[in-house]
Amino acid sequence: MTPTDTTTHEEAAPEVLLHPSRMPRGRRWLTTLLRSRELSILLVLLLVIAVATIKTPSFLFSSNSWRDLLLTPSILILLAVGQAVVIITRNVDLSVGSVLGLTAYLTGRLFIDHPSLPIVAVVLIGVLAGAALGLVNGLLVGFGRVPALVITLGTLYIYRGIVLTWAGSDRINASDLPRDFLALGTKQVLGFPVLFLVALAVLVAVGYHLHTARSGRELYAIGSDPDAAVLYGLRVRRRLIAAFVLSGALAGLAGVVYTARYGTVSSDAGSGIELQAVAAVVVGGVAIFGGSGTVWGAALGAVLLVTINRALPIVGIPDFWQQALVGVLILSAIVLDRVLSVRRARQLIESRDDA
Amino acid sequence: MKLLSTRGGALVAAAIIGSLGLSACGNATDDATSGSSGSGSASAATKLSITFLPKNLGNPYFDTSDAGGKKAVEEFGGTYAEVGPQTGSPDAQVQYINTAAQQRTSGLVVSANDPKAICDALNEARKAGTKVVTFDSDTDPTCRDLFVNQATSEGIAKVQTDLVTKAIGDTGEIAILSASANATNQNAWIDLIKKDLAANHPNVKLVDVVYGNDDDQTSFDKTAALLQSHPNLKGIISPTTVGIAAAARYLSTSDKKGKVYLTGLGTPNQMKEFVKDGTVKEFALWNPGDLGYLAAFAAKALADGTITGKEGDKFTAGSLGDYTVGADSVVLLGDPFVFNAENIDQFNF
Amino acid sequence: MSRTYADYTHPWWRRLVVSREAVMLALLVALVVWAVGNIVFFGTTLTMTYLLLDTAPVLLIALPMTMVIITGEIDLSVASVVGLSSVLLGDLTRSGLPIALAAVIALLAGLACGALNGYLVAYVGLPSLAVTIGTLALFRGLAVGLLGTTAVTDFPKGWTSLATSQVGSTGVPLITVPFLVLAGAFALLLHFSSFGRGVYDIGLSKEAALFSGVDVRRTVLVLFLLTGVVSAFAGVYFTLRFGSARGDNATGLELQVVAAVLLGGVSIFGGRGRLLGVVLGVLLIGTISSALRLQGVTVNVINIIIGALLIASVMSTSVLAWLPGLTRRKSPGTSPHKTPSGVGS
Repeated sequence: MTPTDTTTHEEAAPEVLLHPSRMPRGRRWLTTLLRSRELSILLVLLLVIAVATIKTPSFLFSSNSWRDLLLTPSILILLAVGQAVVIITRNVDLSVGSVLGLTAYLTGRLFIDHPSLPIVAVVLIGVLAGAALGLVNGLLVGFGRVPALVITLGTLYIYRGIVLTWAGSDRINASDLPRDFLALGTKQVLGFPVLFLVALAVLVAVGYHLHTARSGRELYAIGSDPDAAVLYGLRVRRRLIAAFVLSGALAGLAGVVYTARYGTVSSDAGSGIELQAVAAVVVGGVAIFGGSGTVWGAALGAVLLVTINRALPIVGIPDFWQQALVGVLILSAIVLDRVLSVRRARQLIESRDDA
Repeated sequence: MKLLSTRGGALVAAAIIGSLGLSACGNATDDATSGSSGSGSASAATKLSITFLPKNLGNPYFDTSDAGGKKAVEEFGGTYAEVGPQTGSPDAQVQYINTAAQQRTSGLVVSANDPKAICDALNEARKAGTKVVTFDSDTDPTCRDLFVNQATSEGIAKVQTDLVTKAIGDTGEIAILSASANATNQNAWIDLIKKDLAANHPNVKLVDVVYGNDDDQTSFDKTAALLQSHPNLKGIISPTTVGIAAAARYLSTSDKKGKVYLTGLGTPNQMKEFVKDGTVKEFALWNPGDLGYLAAFAAKALADGTITGKEGDKFTAGSLGDYTVGADSVVLLGDPFVFNAENIDQFNF
Repeated sequence: MSRTYADYTHPWWRRLVVSREAVMLALLVALVVWAVGNIVFFGTTLTMTYLLLDTAPVLLIALPMTMVIITGEIDLSVASVVGLSSVLLGDLTRSGLPIALAAVIALLAGLACGALNGYLVAYVGLPSLAVTIGTLALFRGLAVGLLGTTAVTDFPKGWTSLATSQVGSTGVPLITVPFLVLAGAFALLLHFSSFGRGVYDIGLSKEAALFSGVDVRRTVLVLFLLTGVVSAFAGVYFTLRFGSARGDNATGLELQVVAAVLLGGVSIFGGRGRLLGVVLGVLLIGTISSALRLQGVTVNVINIIIGALLIASVMSTSVLAWLPGLTRRKSPGTSPHKTPSGVGS
């Protein structure tokens, strides 16, 4: 099997790795797409939906279910996109759940205490609050020379403690929020829920930026080899801080979306969702070690996780087992990633030796 | 395994034992001077301290009941405190019971998340001199001095079964959205509902029991899942105020509004808008404020020695009047009350 | 422990007094003395009893976790193993098995969980952060799946009171005895054996350790086996102490353990840290929580304090390591820096 023989799909694999520019553009796009992790997740997702719908047609075909299928993952999609950006740089952000709780409660409080504020202003404040919390993380990681795992573990505690102290045992009730804001939770535009469109817009914006803009692509470089990035002259610290600010801002937006969707916010909103976000990202093909993966995969991973949760009871598995299934998915994803990367490395070495 | 030369291993051991010993040392001297290790009568001379420990905090039902308790405590001149966990899991209440025991509280009023799990802690507290009154959700009778029940469990179960079967025409599928799977009161009511259905409503089928854990988001999502997995569902009973409010909120924006009949135990304030917009027609409850009020007075009566909790004891509960202790050391508040569109505006809790 | 030449330039008493452990011990003693004097009801035997009962699981699990973190790995699945062993204990007891046998099975399950973690990390070479996040979900999922949301609360009285009873009339809970035995064993293993030295070597540099003859893979596997079985033991204790076996028991415990270990002076980069510091760290956090709780301060504020302590303690290690670089010229023996990154492996 020589690297230049491109007749079969088998051999096209190393070809697209080694000499991508030699292949015709369309062929290259197709091969990359077919080999991509994102496609396999999409296929699994469609499979899950198909199985559930065959069992109970109302899973997909009632208007409510369609709306719920798109609406429920919206929050996790936002978190997964932010988390993916951070993980690509070889860090992790465990504080997003607490940030979500804090901004969700903040949103509710703003509506109650300042009823004259327009909805857009409240949304903006929520996002900015999340960004500020993310900035704290970014500064500590960037300047503190301490792994993000530890810093965000600490801020997880601190931010959650702040919400708990602020809210006490108070909870925001749906009746305290303005009608229009709550309506956002269920409003649809052209058959798609508004909140889902928001998540989609964010996904497209971030995905495009990561793929095309220099500051986006540098994140991949930093994640692949931080030392080399420093030596190469990349502004590592600035990019890291930006990544955490983005993660925090998206968590803030997710908090606002949470309030709109559920209407009730108690002080433990978002508890534990950070691990779901990391799971979604890992399943979605972003290597935990950084440097590869896309936000599209992360978003698909988020949708997959939430949909599995919904589909399980329909197939007859009590949804208690969902978490175990998620665990198996994560482990399989990581093992698969490792197997694939080892194989790829071997192929590259072989072809280098052959050349 | 080779052993390296010793390097302060003795210091390691000494330090651990030292710090433990130091705290024990300090404790021993204080123990001798801190006075009698409390029987109830010791605190009767001073102010009575009553602590309320609901299933979880942030629950409007318990906010109301504990406020009633506070009113009672202020009436008879004691000190009031409210503590509780964020989530209603069985072991979460243990730490608060331990703290109450440490603080030599006169009376602990608790709504139990599990009939057995907190027993050891409660008995430890009673040994330290605290009187234990359960309300709303009982424990094993051996771990408490008195149980204040809002109504008979049979009455509570029956009113909900009656409401739902009447509304769906006594035939069809129903489901139950409960709180947490271990809660004593929930399981008691669910069992009685099942018995009632089997005996009196053979055409009504109970297809599922799901647990919302008294968490709003979980209850909301579980309602959505229920409707998705059982397309022919006609009725939902939710014997928990958090559950019924979340389910009503979901139903009122879904296309099943008016088609699936929701009832259960709810607070008037939370359910007002849903009764007005037709999502819910009728639901039941009692006055949680009165329940807390009664429980506080019961705790006071135990703590100052007026009663011991055995059957036949009588005590006065402030403005509610006189009460007699029944079998198994249970005190009953009254009967459940049915709320609907006509009378809901008269209440504010 | 890795010692550089610079460490030997000070007299032994100075090294002792200025060491992190001594500072923490002093803090702990000062805190206890202050609390006894200023907080009503703190100075009773009951306080110490409850303190030890509450912190016992964290104390137990922190022992093997210290070693895992010293090698540069991490195990986030410990709380899920606690939950799983708790559920197994409850489920098997409920179906009629004698409780002693159920406890042994729970311990074996913990061993199996540790084996899975260890195999994936040591032999397949996957990053421990990702693996243990996956097994955290898997084990917790198995626990919740087995019991659903019910709890088994029917345990023989003798066993539950064993978990809460005390040694004689001192007020020291019985669980302290196995803890002290384990602590002694782990201290011997870590500080006084070649296995322990291998642990530190792996943390400093896996490659160097490999070349100096340390069986890296076996060592890491053994460490994960230890966290698994000790977590299972903590799970048995937890279940008996609260009398309740539930799928979501001890959720979030792993963060408490990691926080305590890092507070105790173990470096997240690996290669440094001592067991004594970790034990003191757990006791310190526990004492602060206990004192605040008696004051009526809510758990939330306690969490804020723990979080801040965690960040401060880890950053202080970094800052202290960085400061000498400003004042002194770098000598060949100073410790290497790692660039800011996730948990390396």
